[in-house]
Amino acid sequence: MDFGPYLMLATLEGAVTAAVLALTASGLALVFGIMRVVNVAHGEFFMLGAVLAWWVTDLMGATPVLGFAIALVVVPLMVAALATFADMTILKRINYDPERTIVATIGILYILQQVTLMTYGPDARPVTAPFNTRLALPWFERTEDGISLYWPWGLSITSYKLAVIGAAGGVLLGLWAVMKRSRLGLMMRATEQDREMALAFGIPVERIYALVFGMGAGLAALAAVLVVPIQQAHYLMGGDPLLLSFIVVIIGGLGSLPGTVLAALLIGLSDGIISVFFSPTLAKILATLLVAMLLVFRPQGMFGERRL
Amino acid sequence: MTKPKTTQTTRRGALKTLALGGGAAATLPLWARYTSAQTAAPVKVGFQVHRTGIGAAYGRWYDRTTTAAAALINEQGGINGRPIEIVAEDDGTDPKRGAEVVEKFVSQHQCDVGFGTLFSHVVIGSAPRAGELKLPYFVVSEGHHVASGMLNRYTLQPGITDVKSQVQAMAPFVAENLGKKVTMIFPDFAFGHDHRDFFTAAIEAQGGEVLEHIAIPPTETSFTKYFPKIPRDTEVIYHVMVGPAVLTFVKELGEFFGPSRPEIFGFIDSLEAVDIASPGLEFLDGTYFWEGNPRYAQDNQSDYDAFFRARVGVDANGASISDPKDVSTYAHMFGCWETLHVIKAGMEAAGYQSAADRGKLIEAVEAIEEMPHSNAYPQGAKIFNGKTHQVFGHQYISKVVDGKLLLVHTTSIEDTLYPDEVDYTTQPL
Amino acid sequence: MRRDVQKNLLLHGGVLVALFALQFVLPAYHHGNVARIMVLATYAMGYNLLFGYVDLLSLGHAVFFAAGLYGMGIAVSHLGVSAPLGLMIGVLAGGVVGAIIGALALRTEGVAFMIVTLMFAQAGYLIILYFGEITRGDEGFVIQQVDRLFFGGDLSDPFIRYYAAFTVFCISFLSILALLHSPFGKTLIAIRENQERAVMLGYNVMRFKLLAVIFSAALSALAGATYGLLFGYVGASFASVQYSIFPLLWVLLGGAGTALGPLVGVFFMFYLIDISSGMTTAYMLVAGVVLVGLTLFAPQGLMGEIRRRFWRWLP
Repeated sequence: MDFGPYLMLATLEGAVTAAVLALTASGLALVFGIMRVVNVAHGEFFMLGAVLAWWVTDLMGATPVLGFAIALVVVPLMVAALATFADMTILKRINYDPERTIVATIGILYILQQVTLMTYGPDARPVTAPFNTRLALPWFERTEDGISLYWPWGLSITSYKLAVIGAAGGVLLGLWAVMKRSRLGLMMRATEQDREMALAFGIPVERIYALVFGMGAGLAALAAVLVVPIQQAHYLMGGDPLLLSFIVVIIGGLGSLPGTVLAALLIGLSDGIISVFFSPTLAKILATLLVAMLLVFRPQGMFGERRL
Repeated sequence: MTKPKTTQTTRRGALKTLALGGGAAATLPLWARYTSAQTAAPVKVGFQVHRTGIGAAYGRWYDRTTTAAAALINEQGGINGRPIEIVAEDDGTDPKRGAEVVEKFVSQHQCDVGFGTLFSHVVIGSAPRAGELKLPYFVVSEGHHVASGMLNRYTLQPGITDVKSQVQAMAPFVAENLGKKVTMIFPDFAFGHDHRDFFTAAIEAQGGEVLEHIAIPPTETSFTKYFPKIPRDTEVIYHVMVGPAVLTFVKELGEFFGPSRPEIFGFIDSLEAVDIASPGLEFLDGTYFWEGNPRYAQDNQSDYDAFFRARVGVDANGASISDPKDVSTYAHMFGCWETLHVIKAGMEAAGYQSAADRGKLIEAVEAIEEMPHSNAYPQGAKIFNGKTHQVFGHQYISKVVDGKLLLVHTTSIEDTLYPDEVDYTTQPL
Repeated sequence: MRRDVQKNLLLHGGVLVALFALQFVLPAYHHGNVARIMVLATYAMGYNLLFGYVDLLSLGHAVFFAAGLYGMGIAVSHLGVSAPLGLMIGVLAGGVVGAIIGALALRTEGVAFMIVTLMFAQAGYLIILYFGEITRGDEGFVIQQVDRLFFGGDLSDPFIRYYAAFTVFCISFLSILALLHSPFGKTLIAIRENQERAVMLGYNVMRFKLLAVIFSAALSALAGATYGLLFGYVGASFASVQYSIFPLLWVLLGGAGTALGPLVGVFFMFYLIDISSGMTTAYMLVAGVVLVGLTLFAPQGLMGEIRRRFWRWLP
């Protein structure tokens, strides 16, 4: 493939990765930013989202479009409810102590994985996309008559992948509006800035925490529902989103939502674009080292001002 | 080209009859079956199974096949008149845990043999311990690790062919029927590198060439960005993928090419335990797959295959009888069935009584030369090489027609042979 | 104070004597397990040095373990050096990798330090896969029995293996204790308690931390190289994220910043998996529930809890 179309393809693929990553990471960023805890089970909430999406669409059977629409609404709520429950029964009782939270969420990770394996099984199962048309894309070339369009071999994307990018953008805008414009967002930000002060002002911090933990998990689940028609639901799929989300949250600067989104774009796109120039594994090594170096030389993240 | 030679011809005759017989015992009443043995204590087979971790989808079917084979062997009177008992331990598809499980078989469960490991890294991590503890260790892995000489006298692979012979046997068919300019896509780890090295050499021997090797990092979940590396003049794409993202890989390959694809030849590993009729796989129609054992019952299906399917509980489409969505790992799991039968044949030839006879068991299995196509070996006839501890057998190539795999070519066993790389019989027992 | 020192000597000496004596009473299976646990506990102690005493939470220690494992494995298998020399090369490799990663990662702190170490470890894992010609990628390779002779002792022999594991454990355990009682160790703890004050007192905090990282990495590498020699296998799974999380888990379970915590944590986790997997196929579920339970009821880890409730003098 020529260089131009290849770069465009890699960019588009990177954008899909970035969109899903931005959603997942924004969930982690909420928890991280407001509650100051590391939720190691975040990837498992993502996995649960995908697995439950398969379950819901499978129950609906004959009507995949309706089934998927229902999954899109119901599944994030189910996962959010579960996470809220975990917060109230476990995390609250250990006082959100950072180190104990790590062990407790590793425990939750094991539990969710094993229960999924025992009920859903070890297979990777597909979910039918509600719509999925292959869209061939044009590219331009210089000919004697000036610039003309042509259809390069292999340059295409599917309508569903475009929809994922759009949907993720919409949800993130909504989240931003909630954080900035609503009373709830105000309470969250107050809790984030000073827990004691927030308590003094009568903000129900415990309920905010439970809500934030649920929202974070719900966002991960939503990202998973969106991605499951592209990838498949599998009980071990949570590892990668967890690692990538962590990286994105740190690079974005803790708790900064626009920063998180920008960092997701950077990670998603660089992953795609570096793979144009190098052999795949070497590209992964370089992308990983690049991110590490970025943090080494800008430890506060690219967009954050605060240090943690 | 070397042919396996038998070192102990006296045992060979006995083995052949034993392998075919056994059925006679099934006619005896239950209480009479085990009475001929000096002890009626069961023969304990330690089964190293991938119940959790990345190998779990395979492990479940290895488990079912093994259970079915053990039940059959017990119905037929067990081994030397003793029933067979499967002691299963999960290794988490982890080489460290695998080695621990081998120790557990020997010292805690007092198993007679170890058996059933699939993933190569678990085999390689466990085999040194099996060798040190002198536990006959029968792997069902299709890795080249046994025949390459890396392992030891106590590790054998008598129930499934290795990747080297599978791959080299594909080259003539690919070159003659699909094209000579090949692009290979494979996972960037040892299993993929074996495909790369062996197939590249084999296709060059056929006058073809590999235009590009595309090695995909094992943690990857999206693949489209790598496909533009496929050169435009590629005639055949050769793909092999493993792990949970395989379906994404195949789907994205289809979306990338759209209506104008080259010929595609893949190893069924790319779609093992996945329904060929899954959404997004329509483009696979007309492409070719290597199969270790044809997943769909063919028109000329052997009675042995039908028997095997019925006993394991697999329908004509290669899925579970109780759940048609539960697709089996049909191209690999027969290896468990056949390996258990080899253990039986070997123990009976060796007159195996207790752990003290483990060395005799190894020698007896090394002496096996031929395994006839039968209920015990339903995948097809095989030749065992006692020096390299590796079995050789027929390979199958199927074409996807209307969402099903139709067998189009069966290789000869000769196509799969290669010169010995080790002689384990020179190592002490 | 004096009595506490005596109690300490008694307890730690007692643990070492007990570990030594265990080999004569344990049945074969557990005999092998305890040898394994002592090597893994060395890894955990290496981790604890950094996490428990310097308060640096690394998520990338698998790369140090793997540096030892592969440094030894490649030297012994490909270059044909003897096992003792291979062991030293492994430890050296770990130290060098520790120095490089430490020098870079110590520019960050807190969560960024976690992520940077995680990324470096991930790159290390991928590099092992990338050089598959030498490393055999994920599959790994076997250290043949003939290469596992340590001054004439065959490390595949169960008793010699036990001695080897015990020796490595003792050396690491005692050198950590000695280190903590040295001026260097006291400075490290002072830095943990109050970094600003240590800076004001004129200590080069970075240098101390870097030395701690190198020492921790070298201990982890020692564990890795020993593991490869004792059990005959070198593989990339030991470099994966999982093996970075394990030492954190062991140390948190056993009690961070306690001398015996790492050993207790490894022991506990090892037998938790081993015993529960014998009873149920859902052993990860059991492990998960126990972990959650421990955070609820023994927040400072097992040894931390013992220190809090009974033995306040525990180091």
